[in-house]
Amino acid sequence: MESGNTILNATSLVNRIRGVKETENLSDIDDYISRLKREKLTKTVVLVGVTTSSVAAGAIETKSAIENYIAERELDIDIVEVGSNGLCSFEPLMDVQIPGKSRIVFRNVKANDVPFILDGTLNNYLPPDNVVGQYRSQLHQPWMGIPFLDEIAFFKGQSRDILALSGIISPASIEEYIAFGGYSAFTMAISRLTLEDVCNTIEKSGLRGRGGGGFNTGQKWKMALAETANQKYFVCNADESDPGAFMHRLMMESNPHQIIEGIAIASYAIGASKAYLYTRNRYSITVQRLENAIQQAYNAGLLGHNILDSGFSLEIILRKGPGAYVCGEETALISSLEGKRGAPTLKPPFPTQKGLFGKPTVVNNVETIANIPLILRKGAENFALKGTEKSKGTKLFSVSGKVNITCLVEVPLGVSISTLVELAQGVPKGRKLKAIQMGGPSGGCTVPEKMNTPIDFETLKAEGLAMGSGGITVLDDTVCIIDTIKFFINFIQYESCGKCIPCREGSRRMYEILESITRRPVNDEGHNTLERFKGIILLESLAEVMRDTSLCGLGQTAPNPVLSALKSFREEFEEHIFDRKCAASVCRNLRTFYIDVDKCTGCSACAKKCPTNAIIGTPRSPYFVVEEKCIGCGVCETTCKFGAVFFK
Amino acid sequence: MVEKILQKYSHAGRDSLIPILQEIQDSIGYLSEESIEMLSTHLNLASSKIYGLATFYNQFRFKAKGKCHIQVCHGTACHLLGAVTIIEQIEKQLLVKVGQTTRNGNFSLEVVSCMGACAHSPVIQVNGVFRSHLTEATFKELLEELIETYRTVNK
Repeated sequence: MESGNTILNATSLVNRIRGVKETENLSDIDDYISRLKREKLTKTVVLVGVTTSSVAAGAIETKSAIENYIAERELDIDIVEVGSNGLCSFEPLMDVQIPGKSRIVFRNVKANDVPFILDGTLNNYLPPDNVVGQYRSQLHQPWMGIPFLDEIAFFKGQSRDILALSGIISPASIEEYIAFGGYSAFTMAISRLTLEDVCNTIEKSGLRGRGGGGFNTGQKWKMALAETANQKYFVCNADESDPGAFMHRLMMESNPHQIIEGIAIASYAIGASKAYLYTRNRYSITVQRLENAIQQAYNAGLLGHNILDSGFSLEIILRKGPGAYVCGEETALISSLEGKRGAPTLKPPFPTQKGLFGKPTVVNNVETIANIPLILRKGAENFALKGTEKSKGTKLFSVSGKVNITCLVEVPLGVSISTLVELAQGVPKGRKLKAIQMGGPSGGCTVPEKMNTPIDFETLKAEGLAMGSGGITVLDDTVCIIDTIKFFINFIQYESCGKCIPCREGSRRMYEILESITRRPVNDEGHNTLERFKGIILLESLAEVMRDTSLCGLGQTAPNPVLSALKSFREEFEEHIFDRKCAASVCRNLRTFYIDVDKCTGCSACAKKCPTNAIIGTPRSPYFVVEEKCIGCGVCETTCKFGAVFFK
Repeated sequence: MVEKILQKYSHAGRDSLIPILQEIQDSIGYLSEESIEMLSTHLNLASSKIYGLATFYNQFRFKAKGKCHIQVCHGTACHLLGAVTIIEQIEKQLLVKVGQTTRNGNFSLEVVSCMGACAHSPVIQVNGVFRSHLTEATFKELLEELIETYRTVNK
């Protein structure tokens, strides 16, 4: 990107947003910015969404197919890697922008579809099966007959602030982020605002922690600001580890600089000269993009010593968490940063008084941080326009499970749960919505009748649900609630750090009770049955004790799935316990097997393998299963060569 | 190799313990007994403390990976679509247990809490390459392919 004699780079863009008189020609910079924003193009650009999620769908293969296509035909076309626009089920996503024309989005572009789609697009024919829509732009000529993205229900129903640039800009380029207004909030803060000003603005906006706790962020910062210490720390918790939640990963991979800017502002506001960004080692693409973003910010002079001559210095250190769910808890995260086992400690003292290495520390969730640059740029009042009276702003949700479109969405707080299911286009055809699990293993499930519950911190708490970090799993009638809860409790008992007894022992016992519900006992007599019932009777009180006496958030919220399911799906528990039936046929030990009379050849193979001798018959004529004796182990099904064994 | 890493962290304190362990694992594939002994002398920290830390986190392993390292995603979305069956089938057919490596060093199996590719579940990774949207048929094919490939490798 050269223009005249001066090489335009991030530094000149930074000078531009600071209003520093420059040596470069201003119109050159304007030109450069509009090229970065892809308003003026000289050649066609193909943009491929490359994120953790799309790589699983084959985005790397798609990208190399595009490279081959261009090389074979010797075309002059740029390829750019971008993030995700949230439509995960449509991955691999590919955008094409031809000079003068609107940018267009294609879905499900597998490697062997590339030549066909590109052939068509470059010759003004768009294959209708693959088109999602086009971006609206005053500067470009729109394609005929193609819907604009903002007219499509998926984007229309959202309010995209944090995700405004996701899928649009290249995450590997600091220049593009600055061209779209990035880092202007940070440079403004360090040159014109005092520390109190920043804290006040954030407090006034009403932003509350997005990690699940919901504490006012501005107030938390003020607590740390009020402390006197020679060193303060800021920690950004980007260790997303809820199973079935992926919103923070996609957000960071799509726009990493937004996080870096947020951390820089937050560190300035509390007077910290050292900040830690704690993400998970396993997310290799996330780690790589964040590392690159930090390096670029250093190179542009936006991090380091005496940033832009303001007197403020900041060092951001990326730490790759080695994987422990409990490290989402702030004191456990601090222990992990100190090089210890990630076990939580008692509060008080709060981390804002005595945190990392005994110094005042603020720990914020990564989504909270993503909001910070936007609040400073657009003003606290603007932020507070969205949301409800007590829960302001927007929130990211990842909707997965039994839905038509697994997606990442951003909606204002206060919308109903049903909005999220509608954005994901509901459950697959012919199925019935059964429940919605909110907040992963620490949240609860709700029934379709309560779908109109508004999503805000207070209402969800009153309903016994939790926002958690924002992972939503939709369950349809093919799912067994008991099995799903057992999955969550198994996860908790594995991830429990073992420091306090209620969580360590409670979660294990709870898992055993659920296991006994879904297991068919060999006989129904004697001591075993009594013990089993005793466990079930105590399930509810065990859950309550765990909730009330655990040390940290992990143990306190762990019983939520059990308690909420007991409230909403009591019949299903009873069906499992008394009738020994699982209506959805998910709990495998409760299945009863039958033999198809037409398919059975009477080879007697299953009867020989059956551990309880439940299969009887005479050779060369169909066998049958004695229901009372069957323990549902499934050996007969795997043994049968003719597919005659089936279950109900 | 471990010496080089330790040289890099010449004045490190305990807070560098996790990054050092991660670098060791990245370079030699696992945390060997010798490397932990060396680290213990280097940091002047009892090796029991290092083991205490390393066993706490899911990332660290104390045995080398197999030639074919399989990671199965067990997030909520994958669980709903049969991750349990996938794990069971792998254990049964490849004769490997979760978190272990087979004695001939061919296969190792790891269960991951969530890979973040919920839209494409059930997902598994074979030596870092994703296999998504597994069905009964494609999974069976994959297993046969793996058994075939690594049987010939062993000869």
